[in-house]
Amino acid sequence: MSNLWLVIQREYVTRVRRKSFILATLLTPIGMALFVVVANFVLGYENDDVQRIAVIDDADLFGGAIADESGLYFDFVDQSLASLREEEPGGTAYAGILVIPTIKNLRSRNYRAQLYSDETLSMDVQGKIRRRIQSALREYKIEALEIDQATLASLDTDVTVKVSSLSPTEDGSNEDRSMATTIGAGIGSVMGFLMYITIFAYGAMVMRSVMEEKTSRIVEVVVSSVRPFTLMLGKIIGVGMLGLTQVLVWLVTIPLLLFVVGLLFGIDGSNQPEMAGSPEMDPQELQGMVERVLAGLGDLNWWIIAPSFFIYFLGGYFIYASLFAAVGSSMGDDMGEGQTLTIPIMIPVILAFYIMMAAIQNPNSSLAVWSSIFPLFAPIVMPARLAFDPPLWQLGLSILSVFLFAGLMIWVASRIYRVGILNYGKKSSFKDMGKWITAKY
Amino acid sequence: MTQSPTLVNTSAPVIEVRSVRKAYGEKVAVDDVSFAMPPDAILGLLGPNGAGKTSLIRMITTITAPDAGEIYFQGAPLNGYHPTQIGYLPEERGLYKQMYVGEQLLYLARLKGLSTRDAKSRAQEWLAKFELDGQWKKKVEELSKGMQQQVQFIATVIHEPKLLILDEPFSGLDPVNATRMRTEILRLHAAGTAVIFSTHRMEQVEELCEYIVLIDQGRNILQGKVRDIRRQFIEHRYRLTHPGDPLPAALAQRYELLNHTPSTVDIQLSEGEDGNVLLRALLDMGVHIQGFQELLPSLNEIFIKRVTRLNA
Repeated sequence: MSNLWLVIQREYVTRVRRKSFILATLLTPIGMALFVVVANFVLGYENDDVQRIAVIDDADLFGGAIADESGLYFDFVDQSLASLREEEPGGTAYAGILVIPTIKNLRSRNYRAQLYSDETLSMDVQGKIRRRIQSALREYKIEALEIDQATLASLDTDVTVKVSSLSPTEDGSNEDRSMATTIGAGIGSVMGFLMYITIFAYGAMVMRSVMEEKTSRIVEVVVSSVRPFTLMLGKIIGVGMLGLTQVLVWLVTIPLLLFVVGLLFGIDGSNQPEMAGSPEMDPQELQGMVERVLAGLGDLNWWIIAPSFFIYFLGGYFIYASLFAAVGSSMGDDMGEGQTLTIPIMIPVILAFYIMMAAIQNPNSSLAVWSSIFPLFAPIVMPARLAFDPPLWQLGLSILSVFLFAGLMIWVASRIYRVGILNYGKKSSFKDMGKWITAKY
Repeated sequence: MTQSPTLVNTSAPVIEVRSVRKAYGEKVAVDDVSFAMPPDAILGLLGPNGAGKTSLIRMITTITAPDAGEIYFQGAPLNGYHPTQIGYLPEERGLYKQMYVGEQLLYLARLKGLSTRDAKSRAQEWLAKFELDGQWKKKVEELSKGMQQQVQFIATVIHEPKLLILDEPFSGLDPVNATRMRTEILRLHAAGTAVIFSTHRMEQVEELCEYIVLIDQGRNILQGKVRDIRRQFIEHRYRLTHPGDPLPAALAQRYELLNHTPSTVDIQLSEGEDGNVLLRALLDMGVHIQGFQELLPSLNEIFIKRVTRLNA
């Protein structure tokens, strides 16, 4: 027991003060904050070039004026295209000439305007021009076809489906559940993704730690004092504690830094690029939405979600870290050659990730239910379903299966590990590893 | 006497191996090996590469367990406490490259059951002895190869083991380090530590070992006191060193001469003949004697003889 503690301590202490660990722990939040700042800058970047477009409006579509927007001005000219071209051979004054031909058929669903330019106009500018013409044409047609505006407007109906639970909730009301679904999906995908990342990152760290001892040949010295099982378990626990430390640091620093960045740079999401056709949300509606999100978050059963997430982190970590330890012990001195051994571990993790994404769409499908009980998938799939209130028996069965399986995997891995670490030279095959599980050594 | 389970009769041999067998899959690495070593002996575990020496050692150090047979440490069956009484320098050895020297010694010593305080004072003592006092806060990878080997040795002996097991201890050591280590090992032995040398280079440990166990293909083919074994394989051969003048013809008529060199010749006696008689005969013949020495078989030669005899 005291040796186990010594191993855990060594694994943790030597790693936590390593420059690479400190840098990764500190730079990740800074990197994220920086990313937000840069992304915000790039998305909010306004082209300060001024582009003037000459408009020859043969159809009189715009009635003589198009509202300018930043960096883009429209000048209506009375000249013909030919004379304009003669006058401006190089096209210095205008970035382009827009020709709006007369509308021949009001009922036609196609219309082609012509834009002449020697410059490459950005997709953005082309899109803006296209949308301008489209809406002007619509107004023009409504008037020309004598359609009543109000009648037309009534054709577009805003449809929402309000989902309420059939059985009344605890406080007796059967309140709006649609927001809970959206939030559940959001939280679920974040949790599933976190599990996916941490399992890979820290599992791989355990593997490297095992290989390091093997290639540096310290391992035989150590196992002459410590049982291989103790050494492996100490390693897994030590690295796991390291992982928890890193995640905890991030949980505190990332929101803090994002908040600070938000204050410093005034990032509030308002200068997101306009999505074509998305209706502007009025502030009141936005306010209401934020309130509903917060209320939805509060409605979630955090007393179950938070501890469960922690339990799945532990269970998933122990399952995969054991497998990584077994594989690490079987690698030869050439680490590159051994990479293929990790593929069988990656496959279930990646599969689980895809199943997790499907489970968010459909949290009670039989795929989602069975995958969240199958122990190799459960640590990634079940956390994603937690926000959707899975039945307690499923949660219980899933946790039981994860922990039984984690125990089994630790045992299996330790059987492979004790032989693998003393098998120097070439990497071992899966056939060998299979034999080691049952062999007496 | 070659297959007797004990080398000498002591009440509690430091290590006693009884009919131990170990197989890895189809391959039998150690096959019915038995021996016992007295508490303060130096024992050579000798044999070619792949003979099963390391497999045997791994069982003594409790890294693996025998398939059959028992191993006793000071009279008690091997248990989880015994590793703290054993210092093991494996053939495949190394250190944590990223760890500080001092920290590393502390860690390895504490795994052997030392308290932090004891471990620290002993580590400092040993580092001072090897003139490595300034290296406590250095990473192992920053040390020279020779220094690393010294640190490795300190890690092996820091807990003052009752039994020291050294697997190919001198391989890769420069002459200065090899001498230093040899001196330290002899000093520890004088202080009461039993030592097992395992090597395939028998000439390296020939003069160090009092006892040997010869292993070939997993079996111990010969064991006992080096002196007794030598005597057993003695060939009644003497080497004469002379100034290089032609030897009297009578010598060649009387004795069988072998291995002529300009200044030496080996003289073969038949069993029962005495070296002193030969020496007197040489003097009588007027041979100018610069050196006269009985040739004892080297362990290497004994090993080869034994293997050929067994296979015949």
